[in-house]
Amino acid sequence: MDIKRVENIVANYNRDKTRLMDMLIDIQTEAGYIPAGAIPVIAKQTDTSQAYVEQTVSFYHFFRREPSGKYTVFLNSSVVANMMGRDKVARTFEEEAGCKFGEVTEDGLIGLFDTACIGMSDQEPAALINGKVFTRLTPFRVREIIRNMKKGNSLDELSTSGYGGGKNASELIRAEVRNNVQRQGPVMENDYTPGTVLREKLKHFSPDEVIWEIKLSEIRGRGGAGFPTGLKWEFCRRARGEKKYIFCNADEGEPGTFKDRVLLTEYPELMFEGMTLAAYAVGASEGILYIRYEYKYLENYLKHVLEKMRQQNLLGKNIAGKEGFDFDIRIQYGAGAYVCGEESALLESAEGKRGEPRFKPPFPVEKGYLGYPTVINNVETLCTAVKIMQFGSEWYRSLGTQESRGTKILSISGDCRYPGIYEMEWGYSVNDILDMAGAYDVQAVQVGGPSGSLIGPDEFDRIICYSDLATGGSFIIFNNTRDILKDVVMNFMEFFIEESCGSCVPCRNIPWLLKQKLEKILQGHGVWKDIEDMEEWAGMMRINRCGLGQTAANPVVSSLKNFRALYEEKIQKGKRFDEGFNLEKAVIESCEAVGRTPLI
Amino acid sequence: MNKRKILATTSLAGCFGCHMSFLDIDERILDLIELVEFNKSPIDDIKKFTKECDIGLIEGGVCNSENVEILKEFRKHCKILVSFGECAIMGGLPALRNTIPIEECIREAYLEGPSVSDSNEEGILPNDEELPMLLNKVYPCHEIVKIDYFLPGCPPRADLIWESLYALITEQEIKLPYEVIKYD
Repeated sequence: MDIKRVENIVANYNRDKTRLMDMLIDIQTEAGYIPAGAIPVIAKQTDTSQAYVEQTVSFYHFFRREPSGKYTVFLNSSVVANMMGRDKVARTFEEEAGCKFGEVTEDGLIGLFDTACIGMSDQEPAALINGKVFTRLTPFRVREIIRNMKKGNSLDELSTSGYGGGKNASELIRAEVRNNVQRQGPVMENDYTPGTVLREKLKHFSPDEVIWEIKLSEIRGRGGAGFPTGLKWEFCRRARGEKKYIFCNADEGEPGTFKDRVLLTEYPELMFEGMTLAAYAVGASEGILYIRYEYKYLENYLKHVLEKMRQQNLLGKNIAGKEGFDFDIRIQYGAGAYVCGEESALLESAEGKRGEPRFKPPFPVEKGYLGYPTVINNVETLCTAVKIMQFGSEWYRSLGTQESRGTKILSISGDCRYPGIYEMEWGYSVNDILDMAGAYDVQAVQVGGPSGSLIGPDEFDRIICYSDLATGGSFIIFNNTRDILKDVVMNFMEFFIEESCGSCVPCRNIPWLLKQKLEKILQGHGVWKDIEDMEEWAGMMRINRCGLGQTAANPVVSSLKNFRALYEEKIQKGKRFDEGFNLEKAVIESCEAVGRTPLI
Repeated sequence: MNKRKILATTSLAGCFGCHMSFLDIDERILDLIELVEFNKSPIDDIKKFTKECDIGLIEGGVCNSENVEILKEFRKHCKILVSFGECAIMGGLPALRNTIPIEECIREAYLEGPSVSDSNEEGILPNDEELPMLLNKVYPCHEIVKIDYFLPGCPPRADLIWESLYALITEQEIKLPYEVIKYD
């Protein structure tokens, strides 16, 4: 990529350093990696330093520093992918391509890399190849795909399994992704004509009345943290700022969650209308949909939807005939970082920086994007807000339970007959859900993803709601054949080690230490003290800056609490100390290097 | 107090800086010898344990088979073992080699480094049986034996060494004022 082209890309974004992510994504897409030579050019053009650009580039998983193959394969390494046969698929990729994971073939044709959950847990093993999603891979399909790569075929030609259902088959998406909607509830009910609320309701509701209605509905944020949405809007409305922003958080990085992907595919108008409604309520003029890089295959489609809404006067100036109500939305892509799902990290990322969470306060509603008051809501929350305005808070309050109103969209995956999306009223028990999903011989369920809790059969009568089992939607089922410690907890800890932004010492170190301990226990060197250490050290995670860091030890904490016997049966009884150090093994390497026989 | 406590010290893969800091307790060393009797330690040059000890101070991490042996000796003969200084606690500077394959380290140190490239023409590598064997990496002490206490610092400040020894010897709780545990 020549310097002129880089300069052009930078100029496309007005040499604005807060648009660094967009510039880098464009370069990455065009060149397949970020050439070292591009960095000084960007730094000069945006009037920043090379270090400034470097720190952003180095933060994100999908920004490659080296050429990563004409075809770059990112194979998901999440726990569900492993359960669904990732191993065989990965081995076939390696054999057929002729290189290992983490490498590129000598001719530069194919690069193989691991990646964290790509939001396809109901159709694993899945991979991203040059941004295109390939689901339900099998060794046979891998051989087919690699053969086609070697022929130099286009991505569309690689995809041989047809397109998924719904909008996935549309001309603008053409993805083999399946929606797997197993149960529709009020939010996903197809009883809605885009624009109804903006056209019909805003006539009768002032911004304050919209907030009041949302507050009355008692809806809480659907991303996982559960902050009351009406209150958030009210804070932002009251905050002082020259302008205000509405963000939709579509980062959906929690392994096992994929409901936003389905909402983005089937109900983008609803979500964008929700953003517009929020903008009306708080007085915002600009909106940004922050969406994970894994969903880049939806880009053209979403842009098209936005364009259509502009034409219908649902975005733009004087929206829906409301004099002076101007609002527009742009799409901001991430580049592969779980922590960017945390709202303040998301803002940092959207400003072109490393996705490191900010200190709070101030909260985004006071000082958010570029320092302006900002509302950040989850995709599902925004979709729901529109329905609440359409049918009224009274209707909404009639759904769910006393303290958890409405419905929740669950992403169910793992060992069950019907993985997919389930919209359920709050208040169902885990047992109800397992029955519905067709899950038998269940050993454990991970509710709320790795940062949530792992529960066993004696707790399956617990209720999905904010006061009992709160969840952002991830629901992963493990049957009796799974090794909870080796397959599940270990995988989750590796995920958190990989995804820590590194700002806070406990989050940077403790998950790694916990994994070492777990390995030691699995190798049979564990002692009682190791379990005690794990519990004590995990307690230090609460001083981390962000919610994600605070919960990054949860796989261990929660399995220690609910599956303690699995740990205890593996430790050595009656032995007080064992670090598993083996002198014989430790000297082999150096003795070989100097040519002597080890003498122990 | 009935009886003087017995103290042993050693420097494994360290630079003796922690021992230097130990000497920095200055005139308090006179108080110390009233309180303790030294056994195996560079301070009195006793090479082998002649008594069971109460306290063992370990400087340095574990980089070779001899370090392992000495550390295990210490564990056997001391009731309380203390890692003192960063190298003992985390491997410290020597542990920088942990990211480099050992074969490469040896090549650089004996064959290709600027100070050896023209003086070791025969390419001799240290492989005599008498020599300790290098470990695959530098370990912190607590990954080899159980360590009871840790005194951080590079080196730990003399006051910290004094305070903690004094507390251990007199079996009192250690005083840790804010200045002592704040590092930046």
